[in-house]
Amino acid sequence: MKNIIISATILATSLVLGSTSISTQAAEYKVDVEGAHAFVQFKIKHLGYSWLLGEFNTFDGNFFYDAKKPNQAKINIEIDTKSLDSNHAERDKHLKGNDFLNVNKFPKANFVSKDIKFSDDTNAIITGDFTLKGVTKTISFPISKIGEGKDPWGGYRVGFSGYTSLKLTDYGIDYNLGPASTHVEMALHIEGVRL
Amino acid sequence: MFKNTSTSYGYISIIIHWVMALIIFCLFGLGLYMVELSYYDAWYKGSLDLHKSIGMVLVALLLTRICWTVFNIKPKSAVINASKFETKSADYAHIALYLLMTMLMLSGYLISTADGRDISVFGVISIPAFSIAIENQEDIAGSIHNISAWSLVILASAHGLAAIKHHFINKNDTLKRMLKVF
Repeated sequence: MKNIIISATILATSLVLGSTSISTQAAEYKVDVEGAHAFVQFKIKHLGYSWLLGEFNTFDGNFFYDAKKPNQAKINIEIDTKSLDSNHAERDKHLKGNDFLNVNKFPKANFVSKDIKFSDDTNAIITGDFTLKGVTKTISFPISKIGEGKDPWGGYRVGFSGYTSLKLTDYGIDYNLGPASTHVEMALHIEGVRL
Repeated sequence: MFKNTSTSYGYISIIIHWVMALIIFCLFGLGLYMVELSYYDAWYKGSLDLHKSIGMVLVALLLTRICWTVFNIKPKSAVINASKFETKSADYAHIALYLLMTMLMLSGYLISTADGRDISVFGVISIPAFSIAIENQEDIAGSIHNISAWSLVILASAHGLAAIKHHFINKNDTLKRMLKVF
């Protein structure tokens, strides 16, 4: 009898705890880095004649988003700067070295949002603190929701894209790449899986 | 004449020794110079291509030299009554020079081939990359390349100073033996 009561108590407790965790985390998402449905890309003009593209292969993040109250959304992304990949090892080595990102000293870059304002269902301006090479700046840039819904494997997903332009010298990168290459265009494409 | 004897180095050993010494010091200088070049220097691209091409020639010379050394006899020390300590430390220093040269050239190769790209040697032949790559290979290989280059140049300078000491202070044939066949 005593055992049954204890079991029932445990069962009831776990149900209550379980249901509360579902309701509070209903709009909490983890960026799907495991399935690689997220990309941190950069592009910069080469001599002013073409675009050079690259990406950071390793990063992680999570975000909070509820379509009913989108302006309460929050996101943070942490990028492993050593994972820079521009499809050319010699260039990657240079970009990771002292002339550019100095990844040994600054192995992480991150973005933490402070404010999001949606102007309609899909478009918003996000403001947050971005840290690169030890320099933290508050930046604002447009993002858009690409879509959301159930996935075919029992999960629930939502995805966003955001673009911004960073001035290299703002982040202590003063290597001369020429007058056409003073800014790097960043693109963030993320898909989150609801937790 | 060409092969080593028990008392003298042959011309093949002598020529490879001096050609490699010359190339190693030139490449060290070129390496230090090229990493300081800015993006808009006309030599920015060419200096690296030259460094890699000459480096690959050096690999061929090193392999030839190792084979030649293995299949030849090593002349006895030119120092009469050399102490055991002296001969032992000279032996270890020579082994260290070979190891550093190997590390230096292998790490250089691994930087440029980290993404699977071949190394073009003067645009004539290309040396293929290994199909296996490790994470951040170019950074790890780059650090090893830097450290082994400095170590090799320092040890080779000490090696040269030791030869000069043998020539002028001890007044023996150590240096002369590397200049002509006895």
